[in-house]
Amino acid sequence: MEYVSPEGLRSDGRRPMEMRQIRAEIGAVSKADGSAIFEMGNTKVIAAVYGPREVQNRSQQMSDKALVRCEYSMANFSTGDRMRKPKGDRRSTEISLVIRQTMEECILTHLMPRSQIDIYVQVLQADGGTRSACINAATLALADAGIPMLDLVTSCSAGYLNSTPLLDLNYVEDSAGGPDVTVGILPKLDKVTLLQMDSKLPIDILENVMQLATEGCKAIANYIREILLENTKQLEYRRGS
Amino acid sequence: MRGNQLQFSQFQKLRLQKALDKLESLSSDSSVLWSVLTSTYVFVRSLLSRYKPKAGDIVIGRVIEVGQNRWRLDINCGQNAYMMLSAMNMPDGLQRRRTALDELNMRCIFEEEDVICVIVRDFQHDGLYLQARSQKYGKLSSGQLLTVAPYLVKRQNQHFHHLEHYGIDLILGCNGFIWVGEHVEARDDMIEDQINQSDPQVLIPNKNYTSEYICRAADAVRALSTLGFILTLEIIKGVIDLSLSTNLDIHDMLGSEFCVLVAEKEAERRSSNKNL
Repeated sequence: MEYVSPEGLRSDGRRPMEMRQIRAEIGAVSKADGSAIFEMGNTKVIAAVYGPREVQNRSQQMSDKALVRCEYSMANFSTGDRMRKPKGDRRSTEISLVIRQTMEECILTHLMPRSQIDIYVQVLQADGGTRSACINAATLALADAGIPMLDLVTSCSAGYLNSTPLLDLNYVEDSAGGPDVTVGILPKLDKVTLLQMDSKLPIDILENVMQLATEGCKAIANYIREILLENTKQLEYRRGS
Repeated sequence: MRGNQLQFSQFQKLRLQKALDKLESLSSDSSVLWSVLTSTYVFVRSLLSRYKPKAGDIVIGRVIEVGQNRWRLDINCGQNAYMMLSAMNMPDGLQRRRTALDELNMRCIFEEEDVICVIVRDFQHDGLYLQARSQKYGKLSSGQLLTVAPYLVKRQNQHFHHLEHYGIDLILGCNGFIWVGEHVEARDDMIEDQINQSDPQVLIPNKNYTSEYICRAADAVRALSTLGFILTLEIIKGVIDLSLSTNLDIHDMLGSEFCVLVAEKEAERRSSNKNL
């Protein structure tokens, strides 16, 4: 199948290097300590953060750092065919683990000993790139909860189809079976915290594709920073002195 | 607006926006969001986060466990806080001695789910410790506990307030727990009055008024916290007076109209403060 037309347009009318429209909203869940909604095109994810709070299971308590937990789930209505998935299937367990590890890397856990941070992410609409969208939503929610972090982790995916590197794959491109690289970076520190790839790629092309994904991450990071700054300013002026 | 499910009409939306724009223009442009301490450390002061305890803070907590010789309290911070039995004085102000009988009678002092007012003492290796060494701290009863974001409460030299006009007590806990309750001394007076006058009929409406004022004050705090305005005695009093002067029912104080009114009043107040 042709994923990039001869005019250089993709199936949804984007250029190969173009990202989908992103939109973020802070404070979607009123009872959570921090929460956010993150949209990348038709992918929509909601994240809620609770904590730092007392560790529920005493045996997991660590005296020198905080415990980070993450739960990923997909709403039944998020995909085209509505089906009931068992909770804790392999895919969601794996993504929960990925998000947890990525987030744990940037949270300054040593500042909150003997406490626990819970991150809940749920996919409301799935159209490819849910993994990246979940990480971005989780970052926003953590920042909203005022949890100290090294940097804002952002994530973006890129693929390689019809011998063209494509940024931010949607569902059609994702299910084509080509290589799909998901990158998570700490944009200010220029460090990679997550790198995943399905299928195979020659090493020199991988570098290009990764570069493309990193650029995408940086664009998202700028946007997230703007949203957060705007939100903080608003809180500040409303509070007054 | 955080978790706000109010439905505004078009006109109300415009008015609210106008009031908020005014507030924005009044705020100093150079509001520092972070401050640099030294060249290597950056001190970040986050607005929306859990309460960060400091020694000497007056906080309100809820007892969640009665232990061997201490109570475990939820004070809205990252971990639970402890209050030792020995950190409380006897009712006559003497230092408490640790006796087995005292430990057995701990439940007579505070039980689970009791709301108490305490002071943060210090951090120790296994957590945060609290104390309540004077008569003004201790169990709170007949009132409402409200939870707001901790950044809305500023550390001041006075956290206990008595609103004589309404006969209520207001305690602004640094941890974002706010207590609105019946004034404690007033209650004693009332009992005396009852004995002297031996006419209980006069006093029942009085009691009702107090509970009405408690609800009014609580709703005032709720309205201010949904708007994200700072909570000080002066502002809360202003909102209660506003609700009384407009003759609003208590349940209308959580409605959208009152919310807009509060925003407009606050904008007015801050601009007049600026002009002075």
